[in-house]
Amino acid sequence: MTLNIIATAKQVLDPEAPITAYRLDNEAKRISADPARNIPPVINGFDENAVEAALLVKEAVGDAKVTVLSAGSSFAMDVMKKALSMGSDEMVLVQDPELEGVSDSAVTAKVLHAAIKKIGDFDLIVAGRQASDWDNAQVPLGLAELFGIPCISFARKVEVRDGLVLCERVIATGYEVVSAPLPAVVTVSNELGQPRYPTLRNIMAAARKQPTIYSVGDIGIGPDDLATKVTIQDLFIPEKQSQCEFIEGDDPADAGRKLALALREAKLI
Amino acid sequence: MPDPQGVLVIGEITDGQLATSSKELLAHGRALADALGEPLGIALLGDNLADLPNEAIAAGADRAYAITDPLLQTYQVDAYLAALHKLNEEHPPKVIILSKTPVGTEVGPRLAFRLDASLAQDCMEAEIDPSTKQLTATRPVFGGNCMAKVLCEGQPMMIILRGKTTDPLNADASRQGDVIAVSPGLDESIIKNKLIERVEEKEEGIRLEDADIVVGGGRGMGGPEPFENELKELADALGAAQGASRAAVDIGWVPYSYQIGLTGKSISPSMYITVGISGASQHLAGCSGSKVIVAINSDAEANIFKEARYGVTGDWKVVLPAFIQQVKELL
Repeated sequence: MTLNIIATAKQVLDPEAPITAYRLDNEAKRISADPARNIPPVINGFDENAVEAALLVKEAVGDAKVTVLSAGSSFAMDVMKKALSMGSDEMVLVQDPELEGVSDSAVTAKVLHAAIKKIGDFDLIVAGRQASDWDNAQVPLGLAELFGIPCISFARKVEVRDGLVLCERVIATGYEVVSAPLPAVVTVSNELGQPRYPTLRNIMAAARKQPTIYSVGDIGIGPDDLATKVTIQDLFIPEKQSQCEFIEGDDPADAGRKLALALREAKLI
Repeated sequence: MPDPQGVLVIGEITDGQLATSSKELLAHGRALADALGEPLGIALLGDNLADLPNEAIAAGADRAYAITDPLLQTYQVDAYLAALHKLNEEHPPKVIILSKTPVGTEVGPRLAFRLDASLAQDCMEAEIDPSTKQLTATRPVFGGNCMAKVLCEGQPMMIILRGKTTDPLNADASRQGDVIAVSPGLDESIIKNKLIERVEEKEEGIRLEDADIVVGGGRGMGGPEPFENELKELADALGAAQGASRAAVDIGWVPYSYQIGLTGKSISPSMYITVGISGASQHLAGCSGSKVIVAINSDAEANIFKEARYGVTGDWKVVLPAFIQQVKELL
C-alpha cells in the first residue's frame, strides 16, 4: 500500500532580507516585499525541513508518495518548484485572490483541511512548526484538531512503521521518543537537519511536473470559513535606539583588555 | 453550560512547584481579571497536587481548579487537552492564557481549535479594552522585525504569553481563594501519543536558561574549535553557560541544545557575551531578556550592536584572547 504523505509549504517573504526591503501597509494591515527591491520570496525554512522529513520517510518505506501543499493568493512558481526539485512527487496549490494577506491561522488551517480532503486519503501530514512571516505556530496543530487525529510536535526524526509514526521530539532537557497511530500530523523545525539540495535529475523531473491548482471555491471554502478570529489592528516597526558603548583601544587586543576593565567597572564581572 | 466568566491561567508544574512562568501568568492574569471585574482562575493538572492550589492562590489566583486524574501524572498532550476541554464545559472562562513553553505552545493552539476560540501566539503584553471588554495583545511578527497589535474575537479569547515579560506577584499566604476539585474521568483510550522513552541529554555545567552569565558564539567563529577552546575557557572563567546562534548549530559546530533564539532557548542572564553573532532578529528573540549584552564582532554595522550595551569591533581571534586574559587577571 502506498503511504501518502502531505508536506505543507508556505511561500513567505525572504526572512534574511533587511526590514527596509519590506513595505508595511498599515491601512490594509499587510506586509509585502518592496517591488523596487526585487527580492524573490522563499519557501518557509521550517517547511523545507518538512519536505526533507517527508522525503526521508519515503526513502525509508519505499512505496510512498509525497504531495506538497500550499495556499496563497499568488505563487512564484520557480520558488515553489524547489519542493518538487528536492524530490516530491506532486504539488497542489490553493491559489485564490481571496487569500491575499491572510495572517489568521484559523483561516489557513480550514483552507488546508479542505484541500487535503479534496486530495483524498492520506497517512501523514508533515509541516514546519511555524512560518517566518506571522510566526503563529498554530496551523499544523489546528489541522490535527480539524481532522481529529494525533499530532507530534517539534520532531527531529520521523519514521513510519506498522501503522505508527515514531518521532524523536525535542524537549528542553533532551528528547522524547513518541509514537502515534496514523493518520497523524508531525511538526518539524531546523533540528531535523538541513534540507537536501535538488539534484539535476530531480530538477529536470520537476520541470515537467505541473502543480494542480484549486480556487477556494473548488475545495468548498466559503465566506464564513474566511472570517478571521484574530484581527490585526496595528503594525509597527519597534523603535531601537542603540546605546552601545564601543570600547576602543590602541589595537584590537587592547580593546579586548579594555572591554574586560569596562565590565569590571560596571560590576558585571 | 454556564455563562463564561473570568480569566483562566493554564498552570504548569515543574519539580513539584508551580512554574515561575505560571506565576508570571498569574500576575498578567490578575490585571486582565481586574479589568474585567471578574475572578482569576488557574487550572492545575496532576495526579496529586498536594498544596499547589494554595500556592497558586497566594500567587494571585481567586480560584484554583485542582484537576486530578491518574493519566495526568506527567504531561501528555491528549490527556491535558481532554481535561481542559472538560474544565471549559464546567467552568467556561472568557479569557485563557498560557505560557510560551513547550507545553503552552502545544496545548494552546490545539485547545483553541477544539474550543473554536481565537488565539494570539507569543504575546509580549495583553490588555482588556475597558469599554468593549475585548482582548488585545501585542506580538512580534516577521521574526521580531515588526510588531502587531491584534484583537481576539469571540469567546474564549486566548493568548500565549512570552516569558519574563512581567514579574510574579509577591506571594501572600493570607490571600483568600477557592479550591475547586475537578475530576475529568479520563479514559486511557484518548491517549494517542505514546511516550516510549525520555532521554535526558546531559548538559555540562549550568543550564542555559538559568545561567547568570551566558557566552554565545555564532557563524563568525568559523568552526567548532573556538567553542571548545576560547569560548569554553571564557565561560569556565566566568562560571557562565555556553550558547550559540542557530547558524552555528545548523552547521553542526555545537549541539542543538546550545541554540538560543525564537525557536531555541530563551535566556535572561544578567550578562550575555556574544562573539561572532550578527544579531538576526530570530536570535535576538531568544536573548532580549538579557540585562546587558556585550558584543564582539568584526562588522561595525552588525545588528547585534543595536542591542548591545558594550561592543568591540574587531577580529575575535585577536580581541578574545586578550579579553579572556584580562578577565582572568581581574577575577
